[in-house]
Amino acid sequence: MTPAAPQDAVIRVENLKTGFGDFIVHENVSFEVRRGEVFAILGGSGCGKTVLLKHMIGLYRPLAGRVLIAGEDIAAAEGERRLAILRRLGVMYQLGALFGNMTLAENIRLPLEEYTDLPDEAMDLIAETKLRLVNLGGAGHLTPSEISGGMMKRAAIARALALDPEIVFLDEPAGGLDPITSAELDELVLRLSDSLGITFVVITHELPSIFAIADRCIMLDKRVRGIIAEGRPADLRDHSPDPRVRQFFNRAASAPAAAA
Amino acid sequence: MATLALNESAGGATLALAGRLDAYSVGALWREARAALGAHPGAPVTVDCSGVDYCDGAGVGLLLELLRQPRAAGADVRIEGLAERFRRLLDQFDPKSFAAAAPAAPRVSLVERVGIAGERIWTDLRGLVAFLGEATAALFHALRHPRMLRWRDILYVAEEAGVNALPIVLLIGFLMGVILAFQSAIAMKQFGAEIFVANLLSLSILRELGPLMTAILLAGRSGAAFAAEIGTMKVNQEIDALTTMGLDPVKFLVVTRVLAATAMTVPLVVFSDLIGLVGGALVMLTFEIPIATYYKQAMSFATLGDFTGGLAKAAVFGVLIAGIGCLRGLQTETGASAVGIAATSAVVSGIILIVFVDGVFAVVYYYLGI
Repeated sequence: MTPAAPQDAVIRVENLKTGFGDFIVHENVSFEVRRGEVFAILGGSGCGKTVLLKHMIGLYRPLAGRVLIAGEDIAAAEGERRLAILRRLGVMYQLGALFGNMTLAENIRLPLEEYTDLPDEAMDLIAETKLRLVNLGGAGHLTPSEISGGMMKRAAIARALALDPEIVFLDEPAGGLDPITSAELDELVLRLSDSLGITFVVITHELPSIFAIADRCIMLDKRVRGIIAEGRPADLRDHSPDPRVRQFFNRAASAPAAAA
Repeated sequence: MATLALNESAGGATLALAGRLDAYSVGALWREARAALGAHPGAPVTVDCSGVDYCDGAGVGLLLELLRQPRAAGADVRIEGLAERFRRLLDQFDPKSFAAAAPAAPRVSLVERVGIAGERIWTDLRGLVAFLGEATAALFHALRHPRMLRWRDILYVAEEAGVNALPIVLLIGFLMGVILAFQSAIAMKQFGAEIFVANLLSLSILRELGPLMTAILLAGRSGAAFAAEIGTMKVNQEIDALTTMGLDPVKFLVVTRVLAATAMTVPLVVFSDLIGLVGGALVMLTFEIPIATYYKQAMSFATLGDFTGGLAKAAVFGVLIAGIGCLRGLQTETGASAVGIAATSAVVSGIILIVFVDGVFAVVYYYLGI
């Protein structure tokens, strides 16, 4: 561990090695996410962004290395300690992962019911405020099968926010959303990070969104099996020595020679 | 932790909130805060938040709850001293737009529910008839053009639904023969008529129990599997993909499954019949009836018609099981629970259909004298 400002890094990934059996996805990946920042994970398809995210939230166990959430190793923690870590996290999955047999309001109420002693009307009210945060006010009685894909994403974000976690992970929040809704989501992320100090870890491909919200980002690469760039998005776009990074930020098609 | 203190004065009341207002601490304060507000219906109430050092969505919820209560004129609720960063969270909501009481879910009367259920059954029946027509047309088309069939898919389904089902069919068939022989032999022994157990077994297993039990097993095994598989394909938009490729899902998915399942049901029933009779023979050995005697008695009583009649039923059951499994799969709505509903419904309607058609067969065979 580096001694510099340990309380500043809310997530610390140390020498992470991930993979399935003989298939290695990442090797020697280290970075840290600072409290209150919006941190973006970028990279082309298949470079393991979602795999990395799933290690960060403790769904997969690393082959080597550690993921520390507020100083605690999430893969090693068990029982109450693991629950305490998980309660600091909210996750929006790529496809929403809303429970299909519950209404949107019930989806948001579920963590409140399980972890708090709030009275019924309080949970209803809080669920409604979360839905309004993502512009779904009054839609709490609908079930996931009755709403569009974009609404599903927004409802999933609302559910991730149910317990006002310190860290919210968003897996492609803008994917499949129209530009207006996408911009509103960016605005929501900034507002929440500003007012509540929530730390966001966002997987995204949307360049406007990256520049609008991300304080810092890392870019992963499939061949390197790790990080090829880290820093502020604007700096990387303008000053990165790596052509792959500039290509990503400038939305350029890959040169024919580079395509192996 | 959060605290709440109530100070009353001549001009109204002050509700002082302090500490950390989050989802874990607000629950304890909620009712108390509501009661404090309710105790001062005619006076203005000031909610002093200067002691609040953290307030997240749940805390905002509590403040909204206090603000949204309908109050008399001149008895407003005011929030004071809330830090600017939390104030912004609160200000994005209009408290009065949250109705004070949650709207009650609309009640549905009994008559209405009966009507809805009846309508559902009617639509279901119509869907069944339409599907029957579509599947029959596709099946005949396939039989006239056997080269257009996807034989690899058929063989795969035949292995899954037929060969792999053999162990359980053998086990159940054997146990059924054993149990049936044992139970009836005990009763027949009182009359010294154990030998007629062979008659009972051969007739009941060949005509009824062999085909029926095998069909019910397959309905639970393959019917549910077809519904779940096709249902998941529907949820994943794979059915849509087939349709836009110009491939009819009924031809592509249903015909292969119906043909394979029907072709496999018949041999499975043969195995079930045989093993059931073997089980009966073993039991009869313990009642001192030699296998040769049992065999002769059974052969002299049961006819080839009993056997082939049973197999004809088995073929029809195979069509029904595969057909209803595929239909329920295609009818799947979206969501994870929808696949479960489709699989359940495939088994339930499969078994109902099997028993119903078995009854029809009994009547037809009676009048045909088979």
